[in-house]
Amino acid sequence: MRHFDYARAESPQQAVAAHGSERDAAFLAGGTTLLDLVKLDVMQPQKVVDINGVDLDTIERLDDGRLRIGAMVTNTALARDERVVNDYAVLSQALLAGASTQLRNKATTGGNVMQRVRCPYFRDGVSACNKREPGSGCAAIDGVNRTVHAVLGTSDNCIATHPSDMCVAMAAIGATVEVQGPEGRREIDFADFHLLPGDTPAREHALEPGELITHVTLDAPLEGSRSAYLKLRDRQSYQFALASSAVIVRMDGNTIREARVAMGGVGTKPWRAPEVEAALKGKVASEAVFAEAAKRAFENAVAYSQNGYKIPLGQQAIVRNLTDLIAA
Amino acid sequence: MSDKDTKEPIIGAGVLRIDGPDKLAGRANYAADNLPANMAYGYGVFSTIAKGKVTRLNIDEAKRMPGVIDIFHHGHFPSLYRTPSSFVQGNKVEETRLPFEDERVYYEGQFVALVVADSFENARAAARHVKVEYAAEAAVANLAQGLDDNGTQAGGGHSRGDAASAFDSADTTIDVTYHTPVETHNPMEMHASVAYWDAQGDLTIYDASQGVVVERNALSKIFAIAPERITVHAPYIGSGFGSKLWTWPHAIATAAVSRELGRPVQLVVPRQQMFTTTGHRPETRQRMRLATDGNGKLVSLRHEAINTTSFTDQYVETCGSVTKSLYSCPDLTVGHETTQVNRGTPTSMRAPGAAPGLFALESAIDEMAEAAGVDPVQFRLDNYAERDESQDLDFSSNHIVEATKQAAERFGWHDRNPEVGSMREGREIVGYGMAACNWEALKRPCDARVSLRADGTVFASCATQDIGTGTYTIVAQAVSDVTGVPLDRINVKLGDSSYPDGPISGGSWATATTLPAIAGAARNALDELKRYATGGNGIFAEASADDLSVADGALRYDGKQASFAEVLDAARYGSADGEAHTEAADSKYSYRSFGAHFVEVRWDPGISHLRVARVVSAIDVGKVINATTARNQVEGAVVMGIGMGLFEATEYDERSGRPVNNDYAEYVVPVHADQPEIDVILLDYPDLAFNEYGARGIGEIGITGLAAAIGNAVHHATGKRIRELPITLDKLMDDVPQAQSA
Ligand SMILES: Cc1cc2nc3c(=O)[nH]c(=O)nc-3n(C[C@H](O)[C@H](O)[C@H](O)COP(=O)(O)OP(=O)(O)OC[C@H]3O[C@@H](n4cnc5c(N)ncnc54)[C@H](O)[C@@H]3O)c2cc1C
Ligand code: SF4
Repeated sequence: MRHFDYARAESPQQAVAAHGSERDAAFLAGGTTLLDLVKLDVMQPQKVVDINGVDLDTIERLDDGRLRIGAMVTNTALARDERVVNDYAVLSQALLAGASTQLRNKATTGGNVMQRVRCPYFRDGVSACNKREPGSGCAAIDGVNRTVHAVLGTSDNCIATHPSDMCVAMAAIGATVEVQGPEGRREIDFADFHLLPGDTPAREHALEPGELITHVTLDAPLEGSRSAYLKLRDRQSYQFALASSAVIVRMDGNTIREARVAMGGVGTKPWRAPEVEAALKGKVASEAVFAEAAKRAFENAVAYSQNGYKIPLGQQAIVRNLTDLIAA
Repeated sequence: MSDKDTKEPIIGAGVLRIDGPDKLAGRANYAADNLPANMAYGYGVFSTIAKGKVTRLNIDEAKRMPGVIDIFHHGHFPSLYRTPSSFVQGNKVEETRLPFEDERVYYEGQFVALVVADSFENARAAARHVKVEYAAEAAVANLAQGLDDNGTQAGGGHSRGDAASAFDSADTTIDVTYHTPVETHNPMEMHASVAYWDAQGDLTIYDASQGVVVERNALSKIFAIAPERITVHAPYIGSGFGSKLWTWPHAIATAAVSRELGRPVQLVVPRQQMFTTTGHRPETRQRMRLATDGNGKLVSLRHEAINTTSFTDQYVETCGSVTKSLYSCPDLTVGHETTQVNRGTPTSMRAPGAAPGLFALESAIDEMAEAAGVDPVQFRLDNYAERDESQDLDFSSNHIVEATKQAAERFGWHDRNPEVGSMREGREIVGYGMAACNWEALKRPCDARVSLRADGTVFASCATQDIGTGTYTIVAQAVSDVTGVPLDRINVKLGDSSYPDGPISGGSWATATTLPAIAGAARNALDELKRYATGGNGIFAEASADDLSVADGALRYDGKQASFAEVLDAARYGSADGEAHTEAADSKYSYRSFGAHFVEVRWDPGISHLRVARVVSAIDVGKVINATTARNQVEGAVVMGIGMGLFEATEYDERSGRPVNNDYAEYVVPVHADQPEIDVILLDYPDLAFNEYGARGIGEIGITGLAAAIGNAVHHATGKRIRELPITLDKLMDDVPQAQSA
């Protein structure tokens, strides 16, 4: 048996102290990513710090209108929270489009932000994979890459999508990740949290070793806005997005005053699309306008051997979502 | 059938599964639930190349790891014998090469070593520290490469008339090629074996097996001991879909190392290797050439199929098995060939041959109907065979015309506007498609035992299996039918090779094979009971056996009644036992099951979304023994057919030969949300020429033709003929950007 140290923390301070700044330590939240990858021998933590006893499972509305979500709030609890359902429909829908009920009951907000890629070459433990073994190459680029590989934000070193649905909604809403580490507390803008693979695909996020996510705080809801999430995939449930979109719009009659658009399934990180937003702003809503705007997101897209279809599919995810939302 | 009162007949009733409560309560023990004392755990080391040799195996580090008992591999493994692997002798295995027989690697995911340790976790951890060095060779990645590199081996066929000349001189012809991918069975329960040898050297093995008798016989050959000294247990199987029909290397290896170590060993095949070393449905390429005369009558039909097989064994996917006899056609050729690739040995998967074969045939029939300008339903009605022209025999019972018409009516086929893309609802384009379905009916030899017991219960046993389909329940129904004893007093035992020899649970033949033997045994037991009743101490000593009648678990004579228990009590016997042997079906007729599927698909081009919205299936399988489990089989097969049509494909990395979508998250099968309204019509015409119950079996027919019906509906909706399964959304999209390089 592979042995590891196990510690249970009861406060963020304890968790951070128990973890230390070792790279081979890991926090254990819902375990739906961590235990899976440990069993596959892809993650091999020497120390596991269980944070299920840490008091971070509440959601609170801040005075400035923002919503502060504890890292241990489960995906189910977050999706069903009344404030989320009412003010951030896109987030509730995104969560409920993810995984399965059982997984969502275990999965946490912090863990979801930190979930690892679904690339089969990453998971098989033997193929060339720069994420798992920096410098070994990327087996996906010339391999099987139809479902969980990206067309945006890829590099010659890695093309895996960030798999989260929740994060796509958060990217559209705008958020701040609060972390606590050996050096104290700090905040990271959600947009800067996930990193593009570039030359260092093993570096996936902005956390320093030993830093614990304590909260994700959503920006105040856009006044008078509506929002929705649309996820496209082969089967109707229990599959990662082939392409998805999170859209938030504020209308003035038929005119789009403001739009926020993010995409999943197509990018190497939760993909905010400011160029689409710019193209929508101030326009009179119509399918032609949406289509024209959606195109902009993919101007720099790169098709790989099996996933070129994601370029039109990603645009469809935006256009349909906007069409339904604005008609609603 | 019996001389009991005719109340509501138990045969045909929608009785719920009698094993359901045990499964729900966790009392049903599956193979890996057996934990004999002192058991050790095995975990495999699997090849990471597809072809070559193991040149060095470094086990030093692994051997020193905690709990490790031994590490087996080529060079350190007991010597075994091969089984002749004969279907007729009943000792077939699919992969005939013995585990660790040589240092060669024939496929990725092949066992190259087996670690045994005191716990599963220790065995797995050590297995990951076995270092294997290979001399890799260029592997054959897929069917196309197999053809290029190695060509084909013959796999049998059928021919009548002169299909080529008839084709050349016909009015209307089509020549199209279909392709189906590798599919993996993916039963929920992993393949698992628990083996131990007693002091006398007798082997007991709990195995996830669809065929305990054949496994016993194969192991008897492999270990060179008498079959009587081996007991194979498989009381419950978490389904198999064919992957558990024959014994695979892991079970042989488990038994071998258990003997070597002198203690019980358990081995569970990891999900990833369920894609490599326990069989799969092979990739097929099928060329279809069809021709009609001016009246839309088929005049020439050629179905030439090639499937991939392994380098160790030839497995033929008999894609043309149905083509021979479904349609009337004087000039017809069916041919099967195989080509070797570096994948594990394929095996039967639900409706082997017919499932991929009817995708090609029933799609091609649709294309032919279109070319001939005839409605696809009418085309089929005009061309269905009235007798089996391949065997020159009448069908025992064939209601395909009625099935097709009934299903068409229920579905609303007459509302179909044949013009492509013409039917719309909101954003969705509606497509209607249909296909025939067909499956052979087989009945094998079978033995069974029934005991009427002094405690008022009945015990029935047969060494067949219930693979989750309801065999326990229908056996109890047959016993109840003959004896009148209610189901809750009937104790059915299956899945144990020490019971009277029964059939494998495959080919949809368990029902037709098992029930007549069970009924025969029950009648023999009743005869025995009647002798006790009329003998010396008998309760009806004054009567002769022929004067007694049977009703409700009692014997009646002259207005008096005595329960079986009272009869036995009076005679001071513990039980009245009967055994029976029934033979395979005769060859007076061609025995087949028939049906038709009608499918509505919805294509939403705005989001490239395809779904199956509605299915109506009319199925003619002879007498339906249990309306609930029968319907469940068809519904399940339809759902599996949707998977075959839209989602399922084992994707291999061409460089490593490794299936990459090798888990439940990535190998896409339908989930509940993908299941449409499924309307199953069971025709229920007893086929009494086949067996006394008139039942033909129902496990497989439902999947045949379904993928074709979907493809035909997709064509109706979109105008696209997708000749390569699965029909994924990217295949239906226009102007898909291609990769710049490559
Ligand atoms: C079969 C399957 C299907 C799925 N389908 C979907 C899907 O469709 N859509 C989708 O979005 N997701 C899907 N998921 C992923 C799922 O959402 C994630 O596994 C889950 O959100 C992770 O949360 P967790 O609490 O279980 O994390 P854990 O497994 O406990 O942790 C994950 C990682 O995050 C680290 N971590 C956890 N909490 C913190 C913290 N507070 N601070 C710092 N680091 C932390 C851990 O050390 C670990 O490295 C699927 C997962 C599975 C297994
Ligand atoms: S895409 Fe990324 S995760 Fe996948 S093999 Fe390449 S480097 Fe590894």
